[in-house]
Amino acid sequence: MMGRTIFIDPGRCIGCQACVSACRECDSHRGKSMIHLDYPEEGRSVASLPTVCMHCEDPVAPCAEVCPADAILVTADGVVQQADTTRCIGCANCVNACPFGVPKIDLQAKLQMKCNLCYDRTAYGLAPMCATVCPTGALFYGTLEELRAERPGVQVADSFTFGSTTISTGVAMVVPADKVQWPVPGGLPIVEVNGVDVR
Amino acid sequence: MTHAQAGQPLPLDPSVAPPGTRNFRDAGGIPADRWHADQNGETLVPTHCCFCGVQCGMYLRVDHAGKVFGVEPRNHDINRMRLCPKGINAYQQVNHPDRLTSPLMRRNRDEPFREVSWEEALDFTVSEIRRIQGEYGNDAFGLLGGASLFSEKTYLVGKFARVALKTKHVDYNGRLCMVSAAGANKLAFGIDRAGNPFSDILLSDCLLIAGSNVGECFPVMTQYLWGARDRGATLIVVDPRETPIARTADLHVALKPGTDSAFFNSVLHAVVAEGLTDEAYLAAHATGWEDVRKTVAAYPPARAAEICGVPEEQIVQVARMFAGADKAMAWHARGVEHHSQGVENCLSIINLCVAAGHIGRPGAGYGTITGQGNGQGGREHGQKSDLLPGGRSISNPEHRRQICEIWGIDEADLPAAGTSMMEMVWQMQRREIRGLIGICNNPFVSLPNYATVKDGYDTAEFHAQFDFFLSETAANAHVVFPVTVWAEDEGVMANAEARVVKHNKAQEPPAGVRTDTWVICELARRLGAADKFDFPDSRSVFEELRLASAGTVNDYYGITYERLEETGGIAWPCPDTEHPGTPRLFENGRTYHPDGKIHMQVVEWHPPMDPYTEEYPLSLTTGRTVAHFLSGNQTRRLGALVEQTPRPWVEVHPSLGFRNGDPVRVVTRRGSEVLPALVTEAIRPDTVFIPYHWPAPTAANVLTIDALDPRSKIPEYKVCAARVEPAERIDEVPAPPTAPGQVAYPETQVSRADPLPPTAPQGRGTSERS
Repeated sequence: MMGRTIFIDPGRCIGCQACVSACRECDSHRGKSMIHLDYPEEGRSVASLPTVCMHCEDPVAPCAEVCPADAILVTADGVVQQADTTRCIGCANCVNACPFGVPKIDLQAKLQMKCNLCYDRTAYGLAPMCATVCPTGALFYGTLEELRAERPGVQVADSFTFGSTTISTGVAMVVPADKVQWPVPGGLPIVEVNGVDVR
Repeated sequence: MTHAQAGQPLPLDPSVAPPGTRNFRDAGGIPADRWHADQNGETLVPTHCCFCGVQCGMYLRVDHAGKVFGVEPRNHDINRMRLCPKGINAYQQVNHPDRLTSPLMRRNRDEPFREVSWEEALDFTVSEIRRIQGEYGNDAFGLLGGASLFSEKTYLVGKFARVALKTKHVDYNGRLCMVSAAGANKLAFGIDRAGNPFSDILLSDCLLIAGSNVGECFPVMTQYLWGARDRGATLIVVDPRETPIARTADLHVALKPGTDSAFFNSVLHAVVAEGLTDEAYLAAHATGWEDVRKTVAAYPPARAAEICGVPEEQIVQVARMFAGADKAMAWHARGVEHHSQGVENCLSIINLCVAAGHIGRPGAGYGTITGQGNGQGGREHGQKSDLLPGGRSISNPEHRRQICEIWGIDEADLPAAGTSMMEMVWQMQRREIRGLIGICNNPFVSLPNYATVKDGYDTAEFHAQFDFFLSETAANAHVVFPVTVWAEDEGVMANAEARVVKHNKAQEPPAGVRTDTWVICELARRLGAADKFDFPDSRSVFEELRLASAGTVNDYYGITYERLEETGGIAWPCPDTEHPGTPRLFENGRTYHPDGKIHMQVVEWHPPMDPYTEEYPLSLTTGRTVAHFLSGNQTRRLGALVEQTPRPWVEVHPSLGFRNGDPVRVVTRRGSEVLPALVTEAIRPDTVFIPYHWPAPTAANVLTIDALDPRSKIPEYKVCAARVEPAERIDEVPAPPTAPGQVAYPETQVSRADPLPPTAPQGRGTSERS
């Protein structure tokens, strides 16, 4: 299925935010992190979940599709680049379109920024900074075969449903072996509606 | 400088990658032709992280002007490019605007500091040493070192105290770290270090992690745990809290704080009952087993379950999983060591490993995970009050003679053993110690019972401190010496595996800053001991250290700087320069006791020192967060880490009736403080937790008890009696002190801790989305 990409394994995440710090060190957006870390079961567990750009394949990059300035380039190898600074108008359409809540807007500079899979590193055969440093392997960069060589029998999913919409992604997620469903539900559970806790 | 700034387009097609470029995992690190290394004049200096006992390899990025400006992962054996957030951000302290760049001095504590020349600061310090020692005797002046120092410097601290200051009062902050484990290991095995390298974890079938929040305290170690689990190993975690590593363990035993030895005695009881002891191994390699067997017979699971507050079945399950495995390992850390029975706790785990025959094989053994970067090496060469270089005992006449010969002093002039770090504070309160030099430690945050610590330091007539930031303790001093950070000097550290690694110099220190070595030698010269302290650099100290350790258990003689550069680290003992080092101990079945046997020790459980009453019904336990290192003097200045965990909190179970973010007053017999609640089911209902990296008034150590283990003299940080009650408002965390001419928290690199959001306690909140 996928080539060399990031595999996210929430079961291994310890919430340390090394990925967040490493992303800040990346040369293409130095000082700002493009990674989100969520705590989906706060109050019940210390479970945590890193999210990088999922590099949507089908439909191809909703963020790029809605960009009025045509600022978001998708490369031939499927990497959805951050917005071209000479074109981006900071309208935040991409933020609204992204099903995973990934792109960020620098409101002062009126520019979008997002994970571009550390293209300056991956183009040279290196792993992205986040997956390089991740102390637990919750973020793994390589092929599915390389992942399975290290973690025999691991199951992954690269297709997610949001209501009736299904999105296939370039980045994949490790899912429990006994709960392989295809596709897996996307997004975080709704915990609050109009200020009311609905858990 | 970015790619675009360098005038080079981003390579948008992977085909532009140089031919032969491979996956990073087998590329052996950074390709030599990596673009910005060539194009920006950047150099990558191989070194190690300055923080915890894992000692991850890293490159420091140095620009064309010779300044450290970033970090790059390094494919070192220990960490294979992995880094935790502390390691990634560590480089930011090198050129941090809070750095001290001039000696600070004042004659009285009610005066402000003024910047003075090195000459004036050194002269005043030496005159105070002479005055105090002249009036009250040599032992009225003390020295407290640090386990973040290179081993060369810890060697110098011990030598300086005994030879130049001629005082018996020298100790170090590793006393607050893993001395319980060290004491237990010496008693059982005659050697003070972990038995196995980290890589053995990958070969194990069952891993027992006791009192160690590996995910937050030693994040890079988790790659070994998960690597073992990938090939089928089971994981048992013993901890009062559901830590990140406990969350997915095969078995998490959430025992009540302060009950470890009862638990492990009971597990051993169950091992015996299940017939899982390795009698052949015990008969051949251990003494004391019969006494231990009789003792653990009094700890049936039903009794221990009541003491520890865990289900009886879990105790039996641990016994079956651990002793029933072909190869099992136990790793422990401060959770079992920070107790008034810390040594006993460690011995009870060792007894379990030995009885099950899990010693000295690949994948089978034990280890303690050092907290500070050089927690292991920091005590090996004479910085601890009862030890001389090479781990020699200061009370052993033969050992004293050997060291006096090396140092060229008369044996009658070598002081006797001194007291421990906490005891020295009590002695300052009693005016038995009237002057003190502290080197890279921060007892105002790190020692228990803050009120006592402050009183002790305030009572001292003279206090000097070496540091590169003005810590809470340095802010109390009369003289502060600005010294180098780790990246401005070279030296060795021994990590949790007893692997000696070399740190390299990446940049020149700022003007006005000196190395600790220079300051110590300069003080020694002015005290009349110049001939004993002729050390121009770290290498010259290391050469003497090698000689001083030769022939001891802690033998460094075969380790040289050149070998360390070539190998990436050598585990001691290493008696000659052809010796490969000793990553795994006891492979031949022999220990370092004269009879070659393991000396099993009888352990009886005692309740913690602070009794529970109706007024104080809960257990307060303390620990670390992943973003901060020890007293926070360094990490509380680094913006990303401050943002990640801006302030402390108190972790409480929902059954205590608080809501997330509520102000909660935590009260113990020593004091009280008000912190925001982090309400979570991930902690026992009878236990509350506070992370300890912050200063008073929200320092965990305002509350903790200064009870000590009678043998290791480690404080009982991990359990004291407490109560919680609702409060009106949360206590403010003070900003770190600011030195004259320095700017705290510049916007460009760091940010001040923001007020706590009302409903999202720090460190566990959902990250902000644009």
